[in-house]
Amino acid sequence: MTSIILAIVIGGAFGFVLDRVGATNPNYIIGMLRLGNLHLMKTILLAIGVSSLLMFAGLLAGVIDPGHLSVKTAYLGVFLGGILLGLGFAAAGYCPGTGLAAAATGRKDGVVFVLGGLLGAAAYMATYAWVETTGVLDSIFGGKATVGAIAGAGYPALLPGLSGEIAGLVLGAVFIAVAFLLPDSLRGGPAIQPAKGRHVPS
Amino acid sequence: MILPWRLGGLALGLVFLAAVVLVKPIGVSTQFVIFDGILWDAVSPTVVVESLDAKSGYASPNAYLNKSGGAYAKEVANPLNYSFVFVVAMIVGAAVSALLRGGVVRSERAMPPVWRANFGDSPGKRYLAAFVAGFVVLYGARLAGGCTSGHMMSGMMQTAASGYIFAAGVFLAGIPLALLMFRREG
Repeated sequence: MTSIILAIVIGGAFGFVLDRVGATNPNYIIGMLRLGNLHLMKTILLAIGVSSLLMFAGLLAGVIDPGHLSVKTAYLGVFLGGILLGLGFAAAGYCPGTGLAAAATGRKDGVVFVLGGLLGAAAYMATYAWVETTGVLDSIFGGKATVGAIAGAGYPALLPGLSGEIAGLVLGAVFIAVAFLLPDSLRGGPAIQPAKGRHVPS
Repeated sequence: MILPWRLGGLALGLVFLAAVVLVKPIGVSTQFVIFDGILWDAVSPTVVVESLDAKSGYASPNAYLNKSGGAYAKEVANPLNYSFVFVVAMIVGAAVSALLRGGVVRSERAMPPVWRANFGDSPGKRYLAAFVAGFVVLYGARLAGGCTSGHMMSGMMQTAASGYIFAAGVFLAGIPLALLMFRREG
């Protein structure tokens, strides 16, 4: 029961924040990918940096259970799947989480995106046995590897001599620095300014 | 209305941190499979069956639902689990936020301005593109074993090799396509 309450609280906060940072607005996602408006890129980089920095600090201080980490396996399909996701992400301006959240905010193209997504997920279920035979799901880089060795987490390290916690702190700081260093736009001219709320009809 | 990136990034980061501290890293795209499985099982009850031989206690004739000892089959059989409820709550959270800020302007409900500026007013065209994109995105997310939340954000925050590989694929494909498709600003 506790886990269901946590799911409601953390999931609810996640959906709320996704909407408030502009991630449910495809204009921001497309604006990021066409490099015209990096608002969301800066937001995401800062989020990864802050969460990483605090998580690894918490691990070092012993206040975060390393058993809560969950590192996914690396395989060629991760890259191929990333390419497919990137193509749809650019065309629609939605990814799985933001598509669902956008549909909930009343975006009809978000609802259609989710329906397409349910069919795409079903297609993967139907073709999984074949995909497995191609070998693209075979582990690379040691499988569930992290950059350095994280104490108590039990994952292999890309650089076994390196402390995973220190690597995490440094990379977290790098993400934060890049978020601050990135300009608002990498294109000339004014950045995309989507209508905000109902006050600015476009 | 939209949070400045410093505040928004901090808030988003704290949510990802809270998830790891309290339970486990955030992920979304698996639940598309679980929802499909629930629908499929409702139509055809033999899709998920109890099995004493399976590690999870559940098995499926579908190889994907049956993998890892029937882990997905178990979640299909018991949707009231952390990961599924998390995604339902995310949907509700986004809806509440949108309601509180006055919702999405009518002119943007079918398509964003950047789409309109490049491809015109036709909702049908936008919906077709969104449907195909949704298909490709979720096929890709399942092939990759995660999406923007699970691989890119949760993965890179843990310094996972898979997170970096995934992010490289997403941006190597996404940026050129966006530059090509959306020449006008909107």
